[in-house]
Amino acid sequence: MSVDQTTVRRIAQLARIKVKDEDLPALEGELNVILDWIEMLNEVDIDGVEPMTAVVETSMKKRKDEISDGAMPDSIMANAPASDDHFFVVPKVVE
Amino acid sequence: MIVDTRTPDPKKFIKGATGDWEIVIGMEVHAQVSAKAKLFSGASAEFGGEPNDHVSLVDAAMPGMLPVINGFCVEQAVRTGLGLKAEINRYSVFDRKNYFYPDLPQGYQISQYKQPVVGEGTETIDMPDEGRVEVGIERLHLEQDAGKSMHDQHPSMSFVDLNRSGCALMEIVSKPDMRSADEAKAYVSKLRTIMRYLGTCDGNMEQGSLRADINVSVREPGGEFGTRCEIKNVNSIRFMGQAIEYEARRQIGILEDGGTVDQETRLFDARSGETRSMRSKEEAHDYRYFPDPDLLPLQIDEAMIDDIKASLPELPDEKKARLIASYSLSDYDADILIGEQASADFFELVAKGRDGKAAANWVINELFGRLNKEGRGISDSPVSADQLGAIVDLIDEGTISGKIAKELFEIVWQEGGDPRAIVEDRGMKQVTDTGAIEAAIDEIIAANAEKAEQVKDKPNMIGWFVGQVMKSTGGKANPQAVNQILRDKLGVE
Repeated sequence: MSVDQTTVRRIAQLARIKVKDEDLPALEGELNVILDWIEMLNEVDIDGVEPMTAVVETSMKKRKDEISDGAMPDSIMANAPASDDHFFVVPKVVE
Repeated sequence: MIVDTRTPDPKKFIKGATGDWEIVIGMEVHAQVSAKAKLFSGASAEFGGEPNDHVSLVDAAMPGMLPVINGFCVEQAVRTGLGLKAEINRYSVFDRKNYFYPDLPQGYQISQYKQPVVGEGTETIDMPDEGRVEVGIERLHLEQDAGKSMHDQHPSMSFVDLNRSGCALMEIVSKPDMRSADEAKAYVSKLRTIMRYLGTCDGNMEQGSLRADINVSVREPGGEFGTRCEIKNVNSIRFMGQAIEYEARRQIGILEDGGTVDQETRLFDARSGETRSMRSKEEAHDYRYFPDPDLLPLQIDEAMIDDIKASLPELPDEKKARLIASYSLSDYDADILIGEQASADFFELVAKGRDGKAAANWVINELFGRLNKEGRGISDSPVSADQLGAIVDLIDEGTISGKIAKELFEIVWQEGGDPRAIVEDRGMKQVTDTGAIEAAIDEIIAANAEKAEQVKDKPNMIGWFVGQVMKSTGGKANPQAVNQILRDKLGVE
């Protein structure tokens, strides 16, 4: 598997990362080296092997249906670049 | 593979310029799980609240925060699955659905993709003209809701409130088994009723607890499935009907002009009643799902399923069948009564030990009619089941006439009190004493000698006499007795 520059541009766009055109060739190269390296995993035969989800046998912890958190709008807003009356304020996004 | 489960029904075809068309509809309903806390955090899931007050650091996606699943939300999903007679998957997986939007602070929604918690099931809808229709359920999965953006607070900025962010949603996906807007509306409304019976979603559409994405396509009757458009986020059953009708017409127009329908996402505009393309989102439709490494697979054991099964209430279909069998109700009356659990319970209290049809008649026509008129629900009915039952008894015993009963109902509605005592105190008892009725009749015949002659030739005029007697007795005379005595006295067969 490998990527071309169009794919690199698309990945950057999906990740909302601004990439200059002149940086595309270098990124293409870097990503393909990483992909090649990961390709090595394909050499392992995993026929009939269940995907491993944890290193020790364990099941998902569940919480009770109780209100135990929240009610701290000041903390939630503390790092917001812009806010108004405990709302996050962002550049207008509308359909 | 999509299987067509329906036989084309000409009654539902849409007439176009070139011939008949058939609509094919599938739905994705988003139902907010009834729970105190959110799906992966301990913040309140209650509707509303001060901005960003029902928000934990998990919901705001602060770095390092980890989701911990709310076990009750899982139970609610399983309960809903059992209510839809669906397969419960003992092993399911949470995935990340990646996209950027300001009201999605994580940059991904935790959802379930290839392995949902609930698999295939069915919902049965009763259509007035075609009978029972089975709509297949494809799957039900758990996922997080997003926050809310407001665009009308500022000319160039949007305001974001994350109170809803992270609340548990069930996405319930149907198979493309519906063939008309009416079927689609019946499907959502039945789904809402089932979830309200189960207590898994309050179905409050104004608050957005239930909203649907509707997939609509058209085809020549019985032909290949056409290209579908998805109408996003419709939050009223009436709008769903309008959106489907409009969208089907639009697609038929395109096809009849020799065009092709583009597969796209559309928005329904309630003001114009039209759907319009939201093309800008199309490009971004690359969600790059992958299993969420923060969450282990969801495993459900038999004990949990058995416990939930044992606690399931009587569901609408079963209740309907039982009401029809035990109280000889019509299909129509039974449908109205099972719409809300509280309505059916109220009816059963009234009907207990009484004539089921009479009870249904009073509950549906008088009580529900009056409640609807005043925009009240059954839970704040001023007339209790005992009071209504007493009214039905009084009619049944012949103590009051049907007409007086309506007056009595009005008094109980306005003032409350024991219907039996009211009838006593206010002299509302039906007069069955033939002596008193005879006296009243004699008086009327004497005063209307001419009419009394005419009635021998025109027997229909007897109605006028009955009216006069009822009037003079204040409506309290027993109508059958009046009729009989009048016929005897006037010599009408």
